[in-house]
Amino acid sequence: MIPTAFDYTRPASLDEALRLLSSGGGGSKVIAGGQSLLPLLKLRLANVDRLVDIGRLGELKGVKSLPDGRLSVGALTTYAELLESPARHYGLLRDALPTIGDVQVRNRGTVGGAIAHADPASDLPACLLALDAEVVVRSSKGERTIPITAFFQDSFQTAIAEDELLTEVRLPGPRDDAGSAYASLEQPASGYAIVGVAAVVIRSTSNAPIGASAIAITGVGPVAYRASAVEKALTGSDGSAAAIAAAAAHATDGVTVNSDIHADREYRTEMARVFTVRAIEAALARLG
Amino acid sequence: MAIDVLGSPVKRTEDPRFITGKGRYLDDIKLQGMVHMAILRSPYAHAKIKSIDTAAAKKRPGVLAVIVGADIPYNPLPMAWPAGGSSGIQNNVNTPRILATDDVKWTGEGVAAIIAETPEQAVDALEAIVVDWEPLPTVVDAEKATKPGAPQLHENAPNNVVFEWQVGDKAGTDAAIEAAEVVVRQRIVNQRLIPNPMEVRGDIGWYNPGTDEYTVWMSSQTPHIQRLLLAAFVTGIPEHKIRCISPDVGGAFGSKIFCYADMALVMFASKLIGGRPVKWVETRSESYGSTIHGRDHITYLEIGGTREGEITGLRVKTYANLGGRLSTVGPGIPTTLYARVLAGPYKFPNVHCEVTGVYTNTTFVDAYRGAGRPEATYVVERAMDLFADEIGMDHAAIRRKNFLPPDSFPYDNPSGLGTAVNGEKIFIDSGNYEPALNKALTMIDYFEIDKKKQEARSRGKYLGIGLSTYIEVCGVAPSKWIGAVGEGWGAAMWESANVKVHLTGKIIVTVGTQPQGQGHETTYAQVIAHELGVPMDDIIVQHSDTQGTPFGYGSYGSRTSSVGMTAAVKAAGKIREKARRYAAHMLEANVGDIEVDGANYSVKGSPDKVKTLQEIAFAIDLGFSMPEAMEPYLDETAYHDTPNCTWPFGTHIALVEIDEGTGKVDLVRYVAVDDVGKKINPMIVDGQLHGGIAQGVGQALWEGAIYGEDGQLQSGSLLDYALPRAAWLPNLELDETVTPSPVNPLGVKGVGEAGTIASTAATANAVIDALSPFGIRHLDMPYTAQTVWRAMRDAKAKGGQA
Repeated sequence: MIPTAFDYTRPASLDEALRLLSSGGGGSKVIAGGQSLLPLLKLRLANVDRLVDIGRLGELKGVKSLPDGRLSVGALTTYAELLESPARHYGLLRDALPTIGDVQVRNRGTVGGAIAHADPASDLPACLLALDAEVVVRSSKGERTIPITAFFQDSFQTAIAEDELLTEVRLPGPRDDAGSAYASLEQPASGYAIVGVAAVVIRSTSNAPIGASAIAITGVGPVAYRASAVEKALTGSDGSAAAIAAAAAHATDGVTVNSDIHADREYRTEMARVFTVRAIEAALARLG
Repeated sequence: MAIDVLGSPVKRTEDPRFITGKGRYLDDIKLQGMVHMAILRSPYAHAKIKSIDTAAAKKRPGVLAVIVGADIPYNPLPMAWPAGGSSGIQNNVNTPRILATDDVKWTGEGVAAIIAETPEQAVDALEAIVVDWEPLPTVVDAEKATKPGAPQLHENAPNNVVFEWQVGDKAGTDAAIEAAEVVVRQRIVNQRLIPNPMEVRGDIGWYNPGTDEYTVWMSSQTPHIQRLLLAAFVTGIPEHKIRCISPDVGGAFGSKIFCYADMALVMFASKLIGGRPVKWVETRSESYGSTIHGRDHITYLEIGGTREGEITGLRVKTYANLGGRLSTVGPGIPTTLYARVLAGPYKFPNVHCEVTGVYTNTTFVDAYRGAGRPEATYVVERAMDLFADEIGMDHAAIRRKNFLPPDSFPYDNPSGLGTAVNGEKIFIDSGNYEPALNKALTMIDYFEIDKKKQEARSRGKYLGIGLSTYIEVCGVAPSKWIGAVGEGWGAAMWESANVKVHLTGKIIVTVGTQPQGQGHETTYAQVIAHELGVPMDDIIVQHSDTQGTPFGYGSYGSRTSSVGMTAAVKAAGKIREKARRYAAHMLEANVGDIEVDGANYSVKGSPDKVKTLQEIAFAIDLGFSMPEAMEPYLDETAYHDTPNCTWPFGTHIALVEIDEGTGKVDLVRYVAVDDVGKKINPMIVDGQLHGGIAQGVGQALWEGAIYGEDGQLQSGSLLDYALPRAAWLPNLELDETVTPSPVNPLGVKGVGEAGTIASTAATANAVIDALSPFGIRHLDMPYTAQTVWRAMRDAKAKGGQA
């Protein structure tokens, strides 16, 4: 459990961090809470030339309400802090956050770190996908926003460029006509999701009970994804058990489903269906 | 007069240091000039070593030495317990070298070592060692390994067979099975487990060039045995020039009983570099290949009996996977400690068991908590349910019908307790099995279970209940018996203790057993406080150093309380007797007139003529005035060889719910009624049961070492090997019956393994019971969600009605 040697820098400001990243070449890696990266380094599954430690940058911490009602979640906000913030309004975050790691992980691990790491079995990517979050990244050249649906590209690969730093995640503002839930089957050793499904349902103003829906699934494919075929079938439906089951049958449409010693392809495919049903049902129950 | 603390739930005196980070575990030891060792381990499960190039590694920063197997003049490790003991059964023995020289037999076998100034430098330099490998075909399954055409691991072990051993009456059992009205047959797998103590293993070796002596600190359950083995079998260094020390040990579960190559390697390395201490500590993932695994049996069982549920015969054939080479007592576990207790608490007239020990390209296998007895309990307890299901009998009723009645004891069971060479026997000396069963059934509300099953169905769950009525054999036996059934190095199994009452009346107890977290410093002090009438605060317990303690065999097999503490009682008795004689001298009375009450020694009829133990110790330890022929000082040593093993028993009942949609199993209630005899500290007993039950439930529901066909360990870290967590377990409901052991003065039996032995079978039986609506009669562990879901799905496809 000894990593290979690396340089370590701890920039004092966001600007300094961005300068370091723009000059660092390919060998720099940003570290925040360290809950994913440090184990990889210690197991020598990853090597870096230089760690850029942004863990103490105050400007990246905390949850604020934006003028348009949305929530701005600083990249260094920990899981524990997020659960105590106004974001706890979302039932799916109340479901998902307490299942992540253990107390120590939730006190150290950060929202920005989790999604920048893009572990295909991590819980948070599915939650943010279902919430239609927006990711803000910055480099010394400026800032850009990335819709979360364009953020996760492949296992451990995101749309962040080498000289960019993830600074903020924006969540839509709380609304009373939405219900959400997260349901997962954990791999017992690691606690990561064999299958995790985040569901948001929005009450319709017309006769059909479900006006809109967002269903996102993690642990199943190479990257967390929006199950658009499920959403299409669900939206506008009456929300009956039959309608939910019919929609959930599309949970893995177009996805190459993972297979490992804990869950083979057949089981994982079936669990994606089962937990899609459970997440939708729980979200509808919250809708009241 | 001190309050008698024997039998009280006093808090553990060692805990403040353990829970405040002030324990001193192996890796906490930092010696002046200490350097560090890292071991290059085989990436292949089976390969020839064509060459090893260490030139580049030697040039790496901080590297002091690079060692390969050919450099080391030591013998391969000893194998001390052949199957059959001294009966002459052929054992095809291959044991690990200190570092592999010609070939490797599992992923993780050590092939080279780096000694460097820092741990970082040692690990970095490993990457510069170049080994030219020739990979060979692999086999990981014990049954397949014995079949024609399987890859062969060792020239002296055709078909990879280590031994073929049997016990019990073959002809009688064959006839019983042949004649039985009903016979049920089942193949069952007891999967491989990884012990995972919280503290991994490690050693520090120090060669003192001034005295030509070696000191080895080791995270071990058995420092005295290791000194013997390292001296007499491995290194050839004289025994009196080796000192072994176990510091605080953070759990072991059997995995730290054994002689490991790294112990000799740190000795060799320290001398090689001129006497600087050399430390090695395994990482968690490394330990999965450098420290033993447990269990791994494939068993074919046949159980026969009448339609009324009377069992007439049990016939068992087991393939025991022992890994790529043999660990210290590997063959002894699936033979003596397994097959000889296969009859459980039942009056089966005929039992026969064949065991084939097998080499495979996997980590070596040896004793893991319970060691053989959980495997036996799993076989017989599954067999009872299988038979009951076949004839439509209640699971509690079939057990009750077949229990040995309380007037059966001493009982010589048919699975071979009395078949050791020379006719050496042990007996099941006591037991009364029905009261524990009845109590457990009442606690769990057994006869209302159908209502609960219906209620669970309304929630999409299948509820199941599982019984395990177990016996355990503890204490690892009288020396003459263990010598007859195994222990090829000629070891005995007695235990030792020394008690000194120093000048100020403070007492030091030194013992040959070796705690790994069990609280021995507390429980020995409770025993001595009781025996000598002194406060616990006046006693400390020293252990774990071959210098300054009497020889002892260490702690495993739930032997410390029944064997070790009996030695302590005896030593205290000698102290009391000498103090009594000295009190007579001080009080100018006859020895026969001295009465002892706690720490007060008084003259019969003259209670004011009294001396305390402290006053006696002060005078006798000074020795200004001594009676004729009496030596100064209160300092007594005693050795105790138990006349028989001890026999805990009990009933455990698990209640599980299975989620129909996912197959996920939840343990919702757990009841345990154990009879462990008298208790020295009931709180510690409960703790042992809690941990043991969790560990056994872990095997049933979550744990399993998984090898690919290529011999790669796929569950190679705690990210893939699931240990039980507190939140997954219900509140454990414990109760007791108390049948004191007749073979020791404390009446204790031992409790270190009982929970593990009983709980795997109870949980497994509960899961199968929950699945019975699907027509499922058996399923192999662990019952992961996927395994259970697939079993339900397949059963439904075959028409099994839920």
